[in-house]
Amino acid sequence: MRLLASEAASRQDDGTTPGRLRGVPRSRITEVPLRPNVPATRGWGLVALLLLLGSAAGRLPAAHAARADSAAAAADTIAAPAPASGLVVTDVPNDAGRALTLQWKPSPDDVKGGTRVVGYALERSETPAGPWTVVDSANAGITQIDDSSPDRGRDYFYRVTAVGPGSSTPALSITGPVRATSQWMNTTRGSVLVSIAVFFAFVLYFMASAQSGKKPFVRRIPGVDAIEEAIGRATELGRPVLYVPGILDIDEIQTVAALVILESVAKLTAKYETPIRVPVTYPIPFAIAEEMVRSGYLAAGRPDAYDPDSVRFVSPEQFAYVASVTGTMMREKPGAHIFMGAFYAESLFLAEVGFETGAIQVAGTANVHQIPFFVVACDYTLIGEELFAAGAYLSGEPRLVGSLKGGDAMKIAIVAAILIGCLLETLGMHGFKAWMATQ
Amino acid sequence: MSPLERLARLDRRWIFLMMGILVLIPLLWPLKMEIRPTASSRTFHRAIAAIPDGATVLMSCDYDPGSIPEMVPMTRTAMRQLWEKNCKVVVTVLWPGGPGLVDKVIEDVAVADFPGKRYGVDWVNLGYKPGNEAVMVLMGQGILTAFPNDYRGNLTRSLPIMQRARTYADFPLLISISAGYPGTKEWVQQVQARFHLPMVAGVTAVSAPEFFPYVQSGQLVGLLGGMAGAAEYEKLRNESGDASRGMDAQSLAHVFVALCIVLGNLVPRRRAGS
Amino acid sequence: MKREVPLFLTAVIGVFMILSFFVPHQVVSVPGQFLQLTAVIVVSCGYVLGGANVLRVNLDAIAKQQPGWIYKLVLVLSLLATVAIGAIEGSGFLDPGRRSRWIYDTLYSPMSATMFALLAFFIASAAFRAFRVRTVEAWWLAAAALIVMIGRVPIGDALTGFLPPALHLSSIQEWIMNVPQNAAKRAILMGAALGVMATGLRVILGIERSYLSGED
Repeated sequence: MRLLASEAASRQDDGTTPGRLRGVPRSRITEVPLRPNVPATRGWGLVALLLLLGSAAGRLPAAHAARADSAAAAADTIAAPAPASGLVVTDVPNDAGRALTLQWKPSPDDVKGGTRVVGYALERSETPAGPWTVVDSANAGITQIDDSSPDRGRDYFYRVTAVGPGSSTPALSITGPVRATSQWMNTTRGSVLVSIAVFFAFVLYFMASAQSGKKPFVRRIPGVDAIEEAIGRATELGRPVLYVPGILDIDEIQTVAALVILESVAKLTAKYETPIRVPVTYPIPFAIAEEMVRSGYLAAGRPDAYDPDSVRFVSPEQFAYVASVTGTMMREKPGAHIFMGAFYAESLFLAEVGFETGAIQVAGTANVHQIPFFVVACDYTLIGEELFAAGAYLSGEPRLVGSLKGGDAMKIAIVAAILIGCLLETLGMHGFKAWMATQ
Repeated sequence: MSPLERLARLDRRWIFLMMGILVLIPLLWPLKMEIRPTASSRTFHRAIAAIPDGATVLMSCDYDPGSIPEMVPMTRTAMRQLWEKNCKVVVTVLWPGGPGLVDKVIEDVAVADFPGKRYGVDWVNLGYKPGNEAVMVLMGQGILTAFPNDYRGNLTRSLPIMQRARTYADFPLLISISAGYPGTKEWVQQVQARFHLPMVAGVTAVSAPEFFPYVQSGQLVGLLGGMAGAAEYEKLRNESGDASRGMDAQSLAHVFVALCIVLGNLVPRRRAGS
Repeated sequence: MKREVPLFLTAVIGVFMILSFFVPHQVVSVPGQFLQLTAVIVVSCGYVLGGANVLRVNLDAIAKQQPGWIYKLVLVLSLLATVAIGAIEGSGFLDPGRRSRWIYDTLYSPMSATMFALLAFFIASAAFRAFRVRTVEAWWLAAAALIVMIGRVPIGDALTGFLPPALHLSSIQEWIMNVPQNAAKRAILMGAALGVMATGLRVILGIERSYLSGED
């Protein structure tokens, strides 16, 4: 059974033996005398350095350092430990056949405060007769470990050797053949799969429904309506519009949403013959932003008015970007600032400097820790998912609007799941919660 | 013109000047206010204390010079606690502006407090690799695959510390010291959730509330928030570092901002630029 | 084909990466790893495109001696110098004693920290100017903000140390952050996550295709 991290951490507070900080107990021996196939005899003061051979895939198991000779003499006086037993090897589930779990019963000499057992060496072979290779080791007190180095689909045999200060004792039996296999489905993620399937079903249903004519009602989003107002004000003042599509790269969905909104904004600026300035942080959003602005001008029937220099690559460095954008604000004094996308510490910077120029400011981000700064310093703010809804809202396309309703339907399902889960937990029925917990 | 109207027209540079003075004074003449650790800081400290001595730990320092006051004290104190336990530390930096800074911070701790600690044996800086979350997932396939060379140009395969640090399964704990993206949230989503690696985090004060749900769900077993969290951590370790010294200044700054909110509500509103 | 091929690739790779979260089998995980590596390479190559744009725009402004062209000249020279130094130093980039390390320690690090520090001033001016209490909800918000701000620093406990521990500002701020703030934040996070999924689904299905350029 794998421990949750919180359970593992709390167990330490009880003063239990450390070494199980996670579900798979692990401990590394930095210096331990190890010698495979050594009979349990007295008088061993042997120092050995084992080098572990990597597998064909290049995975090198851990190497073990040797104890200094000076310690060996003292170790000679301690008897060899009794063997460990009951080794069980199972395939680690929900993986690509890369690991096996080894569990064993400790040596009878492995007691708290005892010195006859230093640890265990886990050995592996492809045949019952050997040769045996040490693939991992564990401290005394540990009885489970994962071997992450087997080849997929190959049979192996394992044995566990109890290691003492001066000698070691292999187990009296070996376990095998066992094989690491791949699974086609991570069964612990069933709840995520069901949730995604339900969500996608909602979205696709409402998209199809909207396309067939039943366009759903979407409430007014003042921040989105304010975009046209802001562009109109900039036009009256004869000043450009500054559009900042966030500071993250294209792998951030907020940047995608911001670039989608940019096309609508560019279409409006083209229609009003107002210049637009789009400083961008990363190269790929820069290329897409160029396309969006060009596309917006094309949609407005003004392809000739498109200025290739309106979109600029600035810098992926956060404060270098901020310095550039605030410099643009102070020099060119745009009439409207539109901040859409992912923002971090620079949000207050941009909004506060922007306020001082007298521009009307509309912002939208799903980074909740920056929303307060935008709310305080901007005229309108899109909060969280309103940013993602804005693109659909502006375009008015039925399928996109339908997807918004799908999201709302999923929210109702989430609320229902929360209420059901709370009720079941209160009644002492934990199956639903266990199913929802993913690994 | 009434005093309130005069206040409404106050050049904001006076506000900047007041803030500057209030931050500077306690740095020069410390007020030595008592710092009380919160439960969150205690769990962070306890999680590191629970690591077996001599274990190899993964620490991701995802910040750059802009976040020095909050992040560097956390890094230093965590390194001291880890090295006192003889733990080895594998450091990654997923911000391009970070590796040089992090390297210096850790080297300074080694030189000042742990002169016996050696690079490549007791710690390694794997450096920066572009790709954000992709790097985190790639590390799950093998640390050496993701970082064939370290920050100093060494072959990671040849370093003694890396003999026991090949996959996430080899670490008992991930310590994420992060100032934004990519950072703690991505580590939780890509690594903690997939590989079940126990994790603690030190984040900026402004983003700390975002991670409270992760602490409550157990995905993070400890959390330090901002310079206050770093100061609490130092207090738990009986150290007096930069964070502790900075708390006096932060206290006065917070009081000043509170005063600004109150005064701002008393003055008539104005629109700038007009 | 100009639009169909990218749409097809987006759909296939998007669905595949979703699959990779659920299917651990090597048939999915190995190509998934390859795609992750590919993404890292593509992102790195993109910087060439960005650098070229910086040079083009700024060199054009310098040639035309537009207002502020001196600063653009400084920018271009700094860019070229840093790239050249990085290329010359190679794997020794940012090693102690190197020129790149000097640039980092003397220019980049202090400038970055300075810009970040400016936020402290802006927070004060924004608090003075914009935090207006006009409704009952705004009163609650202001009260919570004041408690959290003062309670988060040692001065909070210094002011309320004489009260029972449950009434210390630090205790109250901890409750505010752990209970109502957490609840609201979770709700916003869930909504934003749904928005992310919906947008991602629209991109994967090719419904959101404006990023490909041109009209439908």
